[in-house]
Amino acid sequence: MTNRRIRVFLVDDHGLFRSGVRTELGNEFDVVGDAEDVPSAIEGILETRPDVVLLDVHLPAGGGAAVVLAVREKAPEVRFLALSVSDAPADVIEVIRAGARGYVTKTIAPADLANAIGRVHEGDTFFSSRLAGFVLDAFAGVAPQLDPEMDQLTAREREVLRHIARGYAYKEVARALHISVKTVETHVSAVLRKLQLSNRYELTRWAEDRRLV
Amino acid sequence: MLTGVAGGIGERLRINPVVVRLAFVVLTLGAGAGAFLYLVALLLSGRPDPEARAARPRTGALQAFAVGLVVLGLLLLLRDAGLWLGDGFVWPAALAVLGSAVIWTRGDEGERSRAGRVLGRLPLRIPGTVARRAGGVRLATGALLVLAGAAAFLFQNRRLDLLTNAPLAVAAAVLGLGVILAPWMWRQARQLADERRERIRSEERADMAAHLHDSVLQTLSLMQRTSDPREMSRLARGQERELRTWLYGGTRSTDPSSLSTAIDAAAADVERAHAVKVEVVVVGDRPVDDALQALVHATREAMINAARHSGAREISVYVEVEPGSVGAFVRDEGTGFVRGEIGPDRRGIADSIEGRMARFGGVAVIESAPGRGTEVQLRVPAATTR
Repeated sequence: MTNRRIRVFLVDDHGLFRSGVRTELGNEFDVVGDAEDVPSAIEGILETRPDVVLLDVHLPAGGGAAVVLAVREKAPEVRFLALSVSDAPADVIEVIRAGARGYVTKTIAPADLANAIGRVHEGDTFFSSRLAGFVLDAFAGVAPQLDPEMDQLTAREREVLRHIARGYAYKEVARALHISVKTVETHVSAVLRKLQLSNRYELTRWAEDRRLV
Repeated sequence: MLTGVAGGIGERLRINPVVVRLAFVVLTLGAGAGAFLYLVALLLSGRPDPEARAARPRTGALQAFAVGLVVLGLLLLLRDAGLWLGDGFVWPAALAVLGSAVIWTRGDEGERSRAGRVLGRLPLRIPGTVARRAGGVRLATGALLVLAGAAAFLFQNRRLDLLTNAPLAVAAAVLGLGVILAPWMWRQARQLADERRERIRSEERADMAAHLHDSVLQTLSLMQRTSDPREMSRLARGQERELRTWLYGGTRSTDPSSLSTAIDAAAADVERAHAVKVEVVVVGDRPVDDALQALVHATREAMINAARHSGAREISVYVEVEPGSVGAFVRDEGTGFVRGEIGPDRRGIADSIEGRMARFGGVAVIESAPGRGTEVQLRVPAATTR
């Protein structure tokens, strides 16, 4: 990147977490704003036009997905990185399907979070091992094929995801599979696309399944 | 009462919703015009704003009278337009329906107590709206209206001759009684369901409180007593894992005999004992048989090795259930090692990992190099009995 610092916006309903992340990221990024619920997040993001939004999956009234969907129309250039403490795959998949380009858990180390923000800002993806696991689960099994292009992962995509699920960083996946990091990124982007466009029964059902209080 | 349409209209017009409901019911007789209007209103209405739920407007006799006139006018209009089922049917039916609606649309608790007070003080004054009647008066009024409707129907059709047409009269009476009693029975059933729901909710709350008390509060108090940051984060991680399982357990099998639960438990043990973070990802699930039990043990052994020797602070565990086999991967980014340099006295790898896998027809591959971390890859064949 050029010497302009990446502008980050935080959305999380926990004030403690927001101030913690603000301190952590303050050295490397411009934290241009934060919000604690869906309406103020949409308003703040459209006003400040940040590069990357750190978005909590669980928000009162609509969840993170509502923010992504609302912002996407008016400011498609804003990129989203989802994060949560949650293990509920349905909610995570929902935010990704809405348009977030990556997902990390809140226990992520500060350096890794900075790395993830940078990647998402470049228009790349950031799949944590947990998200890779969720996605493999979602595409697992033989589903009635609606669209073979969209509803099935290729062997190579599956292989890349499995390595990420095993804890490999993109760079390490590239080394293990003897491909370039760019190719790894291409595969993951393709998976992201399928995730967003596929009508696979599991994906929709997942998104509707069991919502937490 | 059903969809809030009448309530919404009442709120907007500052008229008691009960009156609006009655108007809809009566209008339905005009060849279904009321039901049609209700549906239109339902489609046009937006979501109610919960905060806008102001106190119910008090409706004076005059307003109720006005609504009554409007309804009457609309009925006459429908009659002129030919949307009519005949005088002999509609007027008595309107009376009867009005009666049953009076019984059906019971006011809320506040209304009733207010009505009770008003009636107690002024027993003779009959306010204009039926909404403020106490239960007994409401029932009596409704019943009277229903009976009057039934009688009028019979009379209009010149069949009041009870002797010649007794069965019809009995049927009308039974129908009238049914109309009077049905709402009461329906309300009883609904009340029962409400109570049951409330009981379930309070049980859930108690369950949650007990859980928070037993685990979360205990851990928090323990954390306040330690000054060792490693111990603190170990406690926090253990509690986090436990709470997560409890909260999100339903999305995944919590069956103690399932593979994912066994792997999670093993990871939790290692976290507790060795103050490392273990990130577990499991794709697919199945019941644990002997071969999978061996896989779980070997995975656990690999986690312990990584925790003890690698120096890494985080261990990644990935387990996948595939059609013909189950694989497990334990990876750290620690110091790594060279196999040949490990003393023969350290039997962990050979016995606990490779030996276990071999006994069940599985394989264990260990990839490691100094400075590059270690990955233990395990795989056992598994019968496809999903």
